[in-house]
Amino acid sequence: MTQSVITQAPADGADVAVAASNPRLRWILLAAGLVAALALPWFVYPPVAMDIVALALFAIALDILLGYTGLLSFGHAAFWGSSAYVTGLIATHYGLPFPVAVIGGAVFAMILALPIGYVSVRRSGIYFAMVTLAFAQMVYFIGYQWSDLTGGENGLQGVPRSFFGIEAVETDSFYFYYAALPILLFGMWAAWRIVHSPFGRVLVSIRDNAPRARALGYEVDKYKAVAFVLSAGLTGLAGGVFAISHGFVALTELHWTTSGDVVLMTVLGGIGTLWGGIVGAFLTVMLADYLASSGFHGIDLITGSVFVLVVLLFRRGVWGTVRHQWNSRRRRRTTSGEGTGR
Amino acid sequence: MRAAIRTRALTKVFRGFRAVDEVDLEVREGSVHALVGPNGAGKTTLFNLLTGFLSPTSGTITVLDEDVTGLPPERVARRGVARSFQITSLFDTLTSREHVELALQGHTRHGFRFWRSERLLGRHRARVDELLEQVGLMPLADKQAGLLAYGQKRALELALVLALDPPVMLLDEPTAGMGIEDVDRTIDLVRRLAAGRTVVFVDHNMHVVGSLADRVTVLQQGRILAEGGYDEVRTDERVITAYLGEAEHA
Repeated sequence: MTQSVITQAPADGADVAVAASNPRLRWILLAAGLVAALALPWFVYPPVAMDIVALALFAIALDILLGYTGLLSFGHAAFWGSSAYVTGLIATHYGLPFPVAVIGGAVFAMILALPIGYVSVRRSGIYFAMVTLAFAQMVYFIGYQWSDLTGGENGLQGVPRSFFGIEAVETDSFYFYYAALPILLFGMWAAWRIVHSPFGRVLVSIRDNAPRARALGYEVDKYKAVAFVLSAGLTGLAGGVFAISHGFVALTELHWTTSGDVVLMTVLGGIGTLWGGIVGAFLTVMLADYLASSGFHGIDLITGSVFVLVVLLFRRGVWGTVRHQWNSRRRRRTTSGEGTGR
Repeated sequence: MRAAIRTRALTKVFRGFRAVDEVDLEVREGSVHALVGPNGAGKTTLFNLLTGFLSPTSGTITVLDEDVTGLPPERVARRGVARSFQITSLFDTLTSREHVELALQGHTRHGFRFWRSERLLGRHRARVDELLEQVGLMPLADKQAGLLAYGQKRALELALVLALDPPVMLLDEPTAGMGIEDVDRTIDLVRRLAAGRTVVFVDHNMHVVGSLADRVTVLQQGRILAEGGYDEVRTDERVITAYLGEAEHA
């Protein structure tokens, strides 16, 4: 089995077990993260804050595949974008409260992921990435051509934001942020649950050594396919909220560059960490927002350079590096590598 | 007596090279059966065929009277054939305990429970402790496999095979690279584990083969050269020229 360099776990053993053996630290982190999420729109323009959290969930969903299963999907724009469209269409045509529309979008993303996942997981490494990219391009062209439904190049305009007649949420993006946040936090919790479940354990074993997992009786392809569909569903939640937040769905949400951007965020933050997705999304969005507001025209040049630097200097990504440093300090203090159990 | 494994004209061709060539192998149920032969004789290819990691070019394989020809590895494993790997093959980021838990979960459907806590795996605790104790890894239960010493990794491999509680165990060079005292410990262990099971193993160490095997099959260039008890095979002239002669010089 070929494994790409990017999806390989660090050779000196992952830090997962060590981090898990410190529940107190985990609670502190969780509380800090929650406070940060609640405070964000006070410091950042609320629509931008919403972008950060939605993209964070997108990156986390991708990390289930990239960091925990060892699969680099280069086609996740298909699930992000199609959920955005379906959410937008449900909201436009049925006037349902936006959380219902978002769930509709996420369900659609999962249904779409079934055949795509079923076919793609038969390949691994770069071939998997290429197959997912090819499928995503198909979805892109459907979105482009079916302009009666999607608005084609003009995108889907005027997506309403209906929320049980509560006007503050429907009109003010500051209040909308707090109405939509629980959906995204639920998505993040779900990702954490998946990764730390019996299923997640099997995924890690597949990432580390797929033939060995098969010899233990695990149907590796089926596990990968289920992981793929779950990841697509969480991606769909994020894409749906993004669509409602903007009140508009652009064709670029389906474009392959969107798939690329989220891979970049995930790697930037650190794969196989979940938290890395949040860090990656935050840094990317803030950097782009700062550069855009300063009137600078080469945003991609700067974000690209930052990406190259991070990958070269911090192989584990920002969060991955922080965690690794923390864990190795801890390991030095305790006498040996024998953890404290659970 | 029933055959645990029976192959008929089993053949694997790699781009014209016949790695395994018309092999009719019969492993009696409950026996300890060694496969020996010089490097490149086809031992590992045969192992991979028996466990579904390769599909045969032609021929058939039956395990306990069921046809398993062409089944994928996970299905063969579920039919009760567990294997270890020649090159240590573990999950580097998981601990010893987590390995054994995974192995115990392997033939259930619980692996798909993505909505439950991984603590659910703790229900196997007593059995995990027992298995780790058996292979002497209990003190290292919570150490990541990537950090274990070589001999400890081999022991964990055995624990994984055992966890599947298989009627048929295939061990690919269980003592490869071990020091002499580890070799003897492993021989003892395999002998204990063999009770009530069928064991097929590959080993280059004639001391291991002599102490464990009821029957020995000698392979050369993908074909069966000789078969019989250890003493019988060891005095066979073809074998001496093909293999033992070489091994004793080595």
